[in-house]
Amino acid sequence: MAAAIEVDQLVKRYGPLSAVDGISFEVPAGTVFSFLGPNGAGKTTTTEILEGLRARSSGTVRVLGFDPWSEGRALHRRIGVIPQDFRFFEKITAREGIEYYASLFGVKVDPGELLREVNLEEKADARFDTLSGGQKQKLGLALALVNNPDICFLDEPTTGLDPQARRAIWDVIRRLRAGGRTVFLTTHYLEEAELLSDHVAIINHGRIVAAGSPAEIIRTRGQAERLVFEEAPTLGGWLRRTLGIDGRADGDRLVIPLTSKNEAMKILKAVHESGEPWGRFTIERDTLEDVFVHLVGRMDNGVLKTEART
Amino acid sequence: MRPRRVVADLKVTARTYLRSPVALFFSLVFPLILILLFVFIFGAASSAKVTVYTINEDVTNGHYSALSQEFLAALNSTNVTTVQLVSPSVGNLSTYLGQNGYAVGLVIPAGFQANYTANRTTTLQIYSNPSATSQSGPALGVIASVVNAFNRPCPPGHRCDVIQVANENVGQPYFTYIDYLVPGLIGFSILTSPMFSMVEITSSYRKEGLFRQLSLTPLTRAEWLTSRVVWYVLLTFISMAIMLGIGIGTFGANVTVSWTLVPFLVVGPFLFVSLGMLAGSAAKTPESASVIGNLITFPMMFLAGTFFPVSQFPAGLQLFAKLLPLYYVIDGMNQVMLFGNLGRAWVDLAITLAISVVFFALAVIAFRWRDE
Repeated sequence: MAAAIEVDQLVKRYGPLSAVDGISFEVPAGTVFSFLGPNGAGKTTTTEILEGLRARSSGTVRVLGFDPWSEGRALHRRIGVIPQDFRFFEKITAREGIEYYASLFGVKVDPGELLREVNLEEKADARFDTLSGGQKQKLGLALALVNNPDICFLDEPTTGLDPQARRAIWDVIRRLRAGGRTVFLTTHYLEEAELLSDHVAIINHGRIVAAGSPAEIIRTRGQAERLVFEEAPTLGGWLRRTLGIDGRADGDRLVIPLTSKNEAMKILKAVHESGEPWGRFTIERDTLEDVFVHLVGRMDNGVLKTEART
Repeated sequence: MRPRRVVADLKVTARTYLRSPVALFFSLVFPLILILLFVFIFGAASSAKVTVYTINEDVTNGHYSALSQEFLAALNSTNVTTVQLVSPSVGNLSTYLGQNGYAVGLVIPAGFQANYTANRTTTLQIYSNPSATSQSGPALGVIASVVNAFNRPCPPGHRCDVIQVANENVGQPYFTYIDYLVPGLIGFSILTSPMFSMVEITSSYRKEGLFRQLSLTPLTRAEWLTSRVVWYVLLTFISMAIMLGIGIGTFGANVTVSWTLVPFLVVGPFLFVSLGMLAGSAAKTPESASVIGNLITFPMMFLAGTFFPVSQFPAGLQLFAKLLPLYYVIDGMNQVMLFGNLGRAWVDLAITLAISVVFFALAVIAFRWRDE
C-alpha cells in the first residue's frame, strides 16, 4: 500500500534543544495512525511540521508526495486539520463557518449534511462561543472535512472532553477510515489509540521508542500474560513444592508469569485437584497503557504524565 | 487574489462586527457622542464677546501711540468686543483671519495719532467675514460707535470725520467650530476603528491560533488584508454619512462634500489597517499589543486636528502634529471640505499614501501566519 506520509530522520531544533530528534516512520494510505507521547515529547511539533505549519531543521518529510513547508498551499487543499485546542470566530455559527470554508476552498458542500456527519446538526445555527467543548471539536472536524481531504490530522481531538463526547469523536474517526481516508491522530489517551489505530508510534523526548500495530507493540514490548489468584494464602507454597513453579506475591495476589496458554490450563487443573483454597483467578495481559508506562513513565487516570523536559 | 475569497472573508468580518455591540458602538456611535459633546462644550461661543484681531502700526520709539491705546481700550470696554493684538509679522491680516477662522480684524495704520492731532484723515482698515454675521455684525457696529465717539466733540475749526473706516471682506469663507469638527471626526473614525480592532485582532488571532487555522485554507494573507481594508473603508463611508448628516443637518456645518474626498476615505483606512497590523504583530501578547496600540493612537486622536484645528496650536505642538500620519489625512480633508485648496489636498494625499505604503510593507514583513 502506498504511504500517505513518509518521515525520514526528521529533526526540529529550538536553539540547543532538539524537540524532535531524528524520527522516521510511514503511514500507509487509508489507515489510522496514532502518535503517542507525554506532553512535551514532540507530538505537536511533529504534527505541525507534517501539516506545513512549522519548518523543520533537517530530514525528509513527504505528505501525499508534497514537501509540507515549501508546497504547503498545494498540500492544504488535500488535507484536513483540527489543531490542538481548536478555536474559531466566536460570533459565527457552525453553518456560516462551513459556508466560509467552502467559499475559501471553492467547493460546494451541504453544511447540513457535513454537520450531520459529525453529529452537530442540531447546533447548525448556534454561534461558536455558545458551543460546548465537544461541540467545538465536532465543528473543527466538520471544517476539516469541507475540502474532502485525503488525510485528516487530528491533534488531541478528545482532550478535555467528557466520555460521551469522546465516543462521538471516535465514531467519526471510524467513519473517516471506512470512507478510505488516512487519519493521523495524536492523543495521550491510550485506550483511544488502542481502539482506533492500525498503527501507533510512541515518542518520548523527541525519539520514537516503539512503533507498530497496538498488538505488535504489546507482544514485543510488554510483559508476558500472567495467571493471577486472589484470596489464596497457601497456594504459592503448594505450587512451588509440587509443580516447582515460582509465583510472585503482590499484596494478597499471587502472580504467575505464563509461557503458554496450555501452561495456564495445566496449573488450573492441578490447583483444582489439590483442594487448596482460592477466591478467584484472572488471566492478565498488558494493555497499550501498561507498555506505555513501562516505556515512558507514570500514568494518571489514563493520561500519561512525565516530568517536564528541561 | 481571488475576489471570491475576499468576499467570503468580508462576510465573516461583517457578521462578527454586526454581532458585537461594543465594536459597533465604538465605530459608529462613539464619534457621534463626541460630536455632540465637543459642539456643546466648545461650539457655544455665541454669548461670548467677539474678538477683534488687531494690528497696531501706530508706533513711535517702540511705544504704541497714546491715541491708539485709548481707542483700543474703548473697544475693549464694551461688552461686545475684546481686542487681541496681533504681531505685524503675520503679514496680510485678511489671510491670517481666513486661515484661522477668525471673524473680525482691525489695522490701525502708522500716523494715526499724528494725523488726528493735525486734523488729517486716517482710515482704519477693518476686515470682516460676511459669512460670520453673528460675530462681524455686532463688532462692526461697536467699532463704528467708538469711531464716532473719537470724532467728537469736534471743536470749531476741526473736522468731525478725521477717523474713517474702510471695511473689506475676508477673502476666505469663515468657518465655525462645527465646520472643523466634521472632517476632524471623520479622521477620528478613520484612525480609531481600524487601529483599535486591528491591534486586537492581529494579536489575539495569533494567540488563539486563528491565523494558523486560516493558513490551512487557500485564503492568502493579501486576500485577508484586502478584506480588512475593504471593511474599514465601508465603515468609514458609513461613519462619514452619519457625521455629515448630524453635522450639516443638526448643526448646520458649512462643508463641501465632493468626490475628491474619496481617495482620503480609502487611503486613510488602508494606512491605519497597516499600522494596526504592524503594532499587533510587533507585540508579543494581546496585552502589550493594546498598550502599543494606545501609545500610537492617543496622541493622534487629540493632536492631529481631530477636535481642534492644528493652526490654533502653539508652534511647537503644530510641529509635533505634523509628525502624526493622521494630520495629513485630516488636513487633506480640511483642504477639500473647507478651504477648497485641492493642490494642498493632493500633496497631503501623496504623503498619506507614501506613509501607508511604508507601514504596509513593514506590516507584511512582521505579520506571519505560521512559525518558522
